[in-house]
Amino acid sequence: MIDRTRHHPDEPEIAALRSRLEGLTGPQYWRSLEELAATPEFEHYLHREFPEQASEWLDPVGRRRFLQLMGASISLAGISGCVFQPEEAIVPYVRAPEHIVPGRPLFFATAAVHDGFGLGVLAESHMGRPTKLEGNPDHPASLGATDAITQASVLTLYDPDRSQVVTQNGRVSTFDNFLNRLIGLRTELLASKGARLRLLSGSFTSPTLARLMSALFAPELFPDARWHFHDPVGHESSRLGSQRAFGRELATLQHLDKADVVVALDADLFGWGPQKLVHARAWADRREAAASDPTAANRLYVLEPCPTVTGAAADHRLPLPASQIAAFTLALAHALGIQGLPPAPSGSFEALSAIADDLKAHRGRSLVVAGEAQPPEVHALVHAINQSLGNVGQTVTYHEPILVRPAADRAGTLGELVNDMNAGAVDVLVILGANPVYDAPADLRFRDAYQNVPHRIHLGLYLDETAAVSTWHIPEAHPLEAWGDVRSFDGTPTIIQPLIAPLYNGRTAIELISALVEGNPRTPRDLVQETWRSGRESTFDAFWTDALVRGVAGEPAPAVAAELRPLNDLSIPAQSDGLELSLRPDPSVWDGHLANNGWLQELPRPITKLVWDNALQLSVATAARLGLKTGDLVELTANGQTLPRVAILPVPGHADDALTLTLGYGRTEAGRVGTGVGFNAYLVRTTDAPWVVSGVTLRPLGERYELATTQMHFNIPNPNVEAERRGLIRVATLDQFARDPHFASGDHGSPGHGDDQHDAADHNGADHPDESAFRRTRTKGKLGGHHPDDRLILFEYPEPMARRNNGEGNAWGMSINLNTCIGCNACIVACQAENNIPIVGKREVLRGREMHWLRIDRYYASRPGTSPTANPKIHFQPVLCMHCETAPCEVVCPVAATTHSAEGLNEMTYNRCVGTRYCSNNCPYKVRRFNFFTYADHETTSLKLQRNPDVSVRVRGVMEKCTYCVQRISAARIASEIAGEPRVPGNAVVTACQQVCPTRAIVFGNLNDPSADVVRLKADPRDYGLLTELNTRPRTTYLAKLTNPNPAIEA
Amino acid sequence: MAQATLRHDETGDVPVLGPGHTYGTVTDKISSIVLTEPPRPGWIFGFAVSFVLLLMFLFAVLNLLVRGIGIWGVNVPIGWGFDIVNFVWWIGIGHAGTLISAILLLLRQDWRTSINRFAEAMTLFAVSCAGLYPLLHLGRPWLFYWLLPYPNTMALWPQWRSPLIFDVFAVSTYATVSLLFWYVGLIPDLATLRDRAKSRIGKVIYGFLAMGWRGSARHWHRYRTAYLLLAGLATPLVVSVHTIVALDFTVGIIPGWHTTIFPPYFVAGAIYSGFAMVLTLSIPLRSYYGLKDFITDKHLDNMAKVMLVTGLIVTYGYLMEAFMAWYGGNPYEEFMILKDRPTGPYAHTWWLLLLCNCTIVQLFWFRYFRTHPIWLWVISIVINIGMWLERYVIVVTSLHADFLPSSWGMYHGTIWDYMTYYGSIGLFLTLLFLFIRVLPVISITEMRELVHEVHERGHARGGPAVTPGTAHP
Repeated sequence: MIDRTRHHPDEPEIAALRSRLEGLTGPQYWRSLEELAATPEFEHYLHREFPEQASEWLDPVGRRRFLQLMGASISLAGISGCVFQPEEAIVPYVRAPEHIVPGRPLFFATAAVHDGFGLGVLAESHMGRPTKLEGNPDHPASLGATDAITQASVLTLYDPDRSQVVTQNGRVSTFDNFLNRLIGLRTELLASKGARLRLLSGSFTSPTLARLMSALFAPELFPDARWHFHDPVGHESSRLGSQRAFGRELATLQHLDKADVVVALDADLFGWGPQKLVHARAWADRREAAASDPTAANRLYVLEPCPTVTGAAADHRLPLPASQIAAFTLALAHALGIQGLPPAPSGSFEALSAIADDLKAHRGRSLVVAGEAQPPEVHALVHAINQSLGNVGQTVTYHEPILVRPAADRAGTLGELVNDMNAGAVDVLVILGANPVYDAPADLRFRDAYQNVPHRIHLGLYLDETAAVSTWHIPEAHPLEAWGDVRSFDGTPTIIQPLIAPLYNGRTAIELISALVEGNPRTPRDLVQETWRSGRESTFDAFWTDALVRGVAGEPAPAVAAELRPLNDLSIPAQSDGLELSLRPDPSVWDGHLANNGWLQELPRPITKLVWDNALQLSVATAARLGLKTGDLVELTANGQTLPRVAILPVPGHADDALTLTLGYGRTEAGRVGTGVGFNAYLVRTTDAPWVVSGVTLRPLGERYELATTQMHFNIPNPNVEAERRGLIRVATLDQFARDPHFASGDHGSPGHGDDQHDAADHNGADHPDESAFRRTRTKGKLGGHHPDDRLILFEYPEPMARRNNGEGNAWGMSINLNTCIGCNACIVACQAENNIPIVGKREVLRGREMHWLRIDRYYASRPGTSPTANPKIHFQPVLCMHCETAPCEVVCPVAATTHSAEGLNEMTYNRCVGTRYCSNNCPYKVRRFNFFTYADHETTSLKLQRNPDVSVRVRGVMEKCTYCVQRISAARIASEIAGEPRVPGNAVVTACQQVCPTRAIVFGNLNDPSADVVRLKADPRDYGLLTELNTRPRTTYLAKLTNPNPAIEA
Repeated sequence: MAQATLRHDETGDVPVLGPGHTYGTVTDKISSIVLTEPPRPGWIFGFAVSFVLLLMFLFAVLNLLVRGIGIWGVNVPIGWGFDIVNFVWWIGIGHAGTLISAILLLLRQDWRTSINRFAEAMTLFAVSCAGLYPLLHLGRPWLFYWLLPYPNTMALWPQWRSPLIFDVFAVSTYATVSLLFWYVGLIPDLATLRDRAKSRIGKVIYGFLAMGWRGSARHWHRYRTAYLLLAGLATPLVVSVHTIVALDFTVGIIPGWHTTIFPPYFVAGAIYSGFAMVLTLSIPLRSYYGLKDFITDKHLDNMAKVMLVTGLIVTYGYLMEAFMAWYGGNPYEEFMILKDRPTGPYAHTWWLLLLCNCTIVQLFWFRYFRTHPIWLWVISIVINIGMWLERYVIVVTSLHADFLPSSWGMYHGTIWDYMTYYGSIGLFLTLLFLFIRVLPVISITEMRELVHEVHERGHARGGPAVTPGTAHP
């Protein structure tokens, strides 16, 4: 730059001027400055802006050049800015990875792990991102279906609250630091043969982990170490029950497909246990077969304290407090004439003899199952009952245990671990995935004992309650991130293959144990391959490929014979007096490890439709007796343990004088979603009473708590009466169905027959209070009837086939079978995962703004002559967009944002929607969902990875609803167009809800293909549409429900 | 200026104009509110309160635009709440003005003269408030213009079967015609104000708005023709607007909406509420500004009679709705109208509505209540509340329990709903207070005509000869 202040007089011009003046001799006067100024030099000087020697811009087009340079320098300044740009390598696929076609997903067979058991899945991967899990049809535990929890596990993978870094005493560290420390500890421990080493994990079935465990206990390593097991839910009762009955541990498998009569003793067959999907499929297949072949009919009795999906599916559901199940079982065993048992209990049980007779009439084709929440003694009794009924080998088989246990002297319980810790006998405790600080029984005071251990190493997905008080926390890899293996309920192994590199450098349990075994961790892939290579070195490569492709790496465990031991010294737990509390895993967050999963938190619980909370459930009568109503807060005390506050939720059908509370809530370190939600049931759980707590006292706190439910947000006299009057759910017994196959569509002579929910009343010709109102509406010949002629339809669409393109091309439709729907919720989460449906949170649900495209309506149907809430029948009805052929929503949209496609889809154009909500108001099914706020998370990076790229993420202010998975339809249409087919084959499109359904209750397809399953189902006499009298012509129709009650009980 | 007195009608009726008025006193009295008096404390106080409410409205709307429609209490199944309730309510209120101006003009009811200007202004402001709600209630309000048939690159037209599109046209047409009618009627008065204005600014503005009115015979001739034509044009709109608003509901299939009686009883209800609002506003106005000579007890009486008639029509509508619900045998409608409304969770609104709209109006059978300003004022407010409740019952109660009991829900307005509602009243009142200060609340021209007519009538009946003074400009 030019510094003008340095402009000095003795610069050239001045000097020249001076010399010129000095060179003058004599009195040469200059008259004026003008004269002096007239000199060319001076003139030059005056006209120059800058001194002579300053660097000047002499280019004639200086201004342009200047601007050019300035522009360039600005651009260069951008390039060489102060921010250091990280090096980004953009590398094209020089050799494209096999099979990857951008925009087209790949599916990899792997397995999801729940309570130690594997469920085979096919993981959908979009450009390296797993976005959704589908069931693996080749896997025995899946049969192509999955449950809600498995569907939601993909969200856990991308949970931004997962722990992301190794911590030491709460400070960020590295895995290498940890390894160094671990190797150091290993050396110390080796000296004492591991006497002060303890490991704690949940039950597992992984063959690799089992191999490493054996290696760990090798004589030269840590033979004196102990491996403790802690499962908040687990399989202890059935394990110990088989030990009690047979003298050794056996896995018990039930086969509902072979059972004509099933008695579930507090057993949630379809909601709990590694066999639940298999049970649901087998039961549903039999149930559906009975519609065409009455001899295939099965009958399900359920005795349970709190209604479950299994109870809702039962032909006879008997509410019974959990503590009385044992006595019932013993009485049942006596009624069946089994010898060598403790004396029969006093007292009588409803329906006991009828059930016993039914069982006796179906020897070898019956099945009795005890639930995991029942004590081992009940399991032992059930083994005896099945044995005496000749069911073993038929409906029940025994197998070598699937769960891995070390030798008895090396295995321990959590209680033993706590004793050792308190005694200071533990130096190093490695916790593999468990969270005992949160979910250990309260009487153990695990947290205090844990502090006595100098080296507390925790491996987990989250920085949870246990991680917070551990010395080391290692982020765990999600099963979709790492290699592993697992076995299913029947022993079928599956190799778990990663779909994505660990997002947060997570490690697996097998890596940690291998570090202890070998002093150096090996990669999970090596470890798993080593396990599976042994014995098949030569054929390993073929085996490995085959196992990965099929998702099945071996055969199920063979059945073994088991000899029953005498049971006459069996101590049947006494029935408790007063209130008792049943603890249950939560249908959504289970034992609590899923608490930070928003999809599960917002998933309406099957029966209560409660979201974002657990609540103390009890019968309506008991609540009335105690003077409690929904939302009252009470303090619960039992066994010296106190739950300071818990909200009350009366549930129709709950056993009297019993309470039920689900586990998994009240987390304090779950993450942003799960922390502080609900009430912690573990506070009143003790080692001795893990499932049933007796002697409970409640103290009302006089405070209220808002519980959010997605159905019945309020109290209207009795919505179920209205539901009944409107014929929304149509049910008949098999007898009624045989006499009048068209009961649902009403195509029969006597209106009001059969479709009444009071099937028992109808069956016996009895009347009941609601009957008159029901008939009155109907006999007027108006809308209440289901007979086509009964219905007053002002305008019948003249040519129904015209709406189906006269049979050309595609016409989409769906059939939902209420006969087999068990209300398990898997479809809701599948829909959520597939269609990028956001969660809205408890407050928004309270305002009635949940976003699920698919909901499962639950209705109660009371029995005649009984209290409507004592033991009503429970019916489920999945409701999604009906895709009405004459859709009421379409006419009222002012901007044509919802329109009808040529294929019969009711389409929603999000970009066109301005959000008047008129369509939702006018939808008689209320299946439309509105983005009142920006519900979708557009910010969190990791959650973006989960999104289905084929489905748009909606913005605030637009309406959305079920699309029949239009993205899947489009993919199939493109494929069939490429193949040159005239129409998409009838069964080619599988919607997300259909795919996940364990009972195959949802069937979707092309109505214009006569071979489509949906066409066959819609021709079924049980087919009926919802609110068809409105002339909406829904493309989604239902198959009516059939029940098979025992006449001896109903009489 | 000659002094003259006007006597009571010989029939004994209360006259439509107080005694002793000449052209000059009428002009002086009405224009003085605008031009000479400084703002009175009452005006300042009222305006301040209204303006605060208006600011609250703007805040609530800003919050709505920033955060989304979720700040309101709407949900699924109740997709419409205060927004549409208030829309229909304001539109209903907006009906009285045009009815008074146009229909009563055509029917040559001279008592309308002193209240028409005021009622028209009220109409305009009510329609402005009403028009905001359909825009604000959109999930994406900034895209409101998609409801208009404008040329666009997507080649998309509105969906003409939707009643919301009918609404756009009905309401905008009504607003336009009402504005024109009001403005045309104002022109001679604006000229009077121009001529009487003392400030330069007043002269310029009123002069500009007066459009060069000089009061020539030709001007009057054209003015009269245009005014009558506009009255004829506005008359069908009185019926059409609320009919179309009613179609928003009747076209829907929701029980409680889907009924053919809505259009006529919506129109009657609109007139009902419109007159109630005119009374609510004019009774304090005439008392505060001493306009009792112009808005006389005769006016009050007539308006109360109109309200009695429309109130009875509305009651008949309710009765027929209930009868058809029973007689029609539609179980959904039967449940909604006969069971849920009187006994459901919103039963209190239903019973309150019957009390406000059907019961209390029966007092108007008695002349005492029709002419007693305090009673009238209280009852008119009660009816305004009742008509708001009617819309609440129709919109919210019908939606909360429709076809599938599983989907039934509840709706409660949030703080933002209330802020928007009261804020829109603030907008209405602010405009009204400004109107009182800057424009003549009573048509000077027509009052002068009335003076003349009353004089003529008195003359014909052989009363003492009176000569109304010539109007001073």
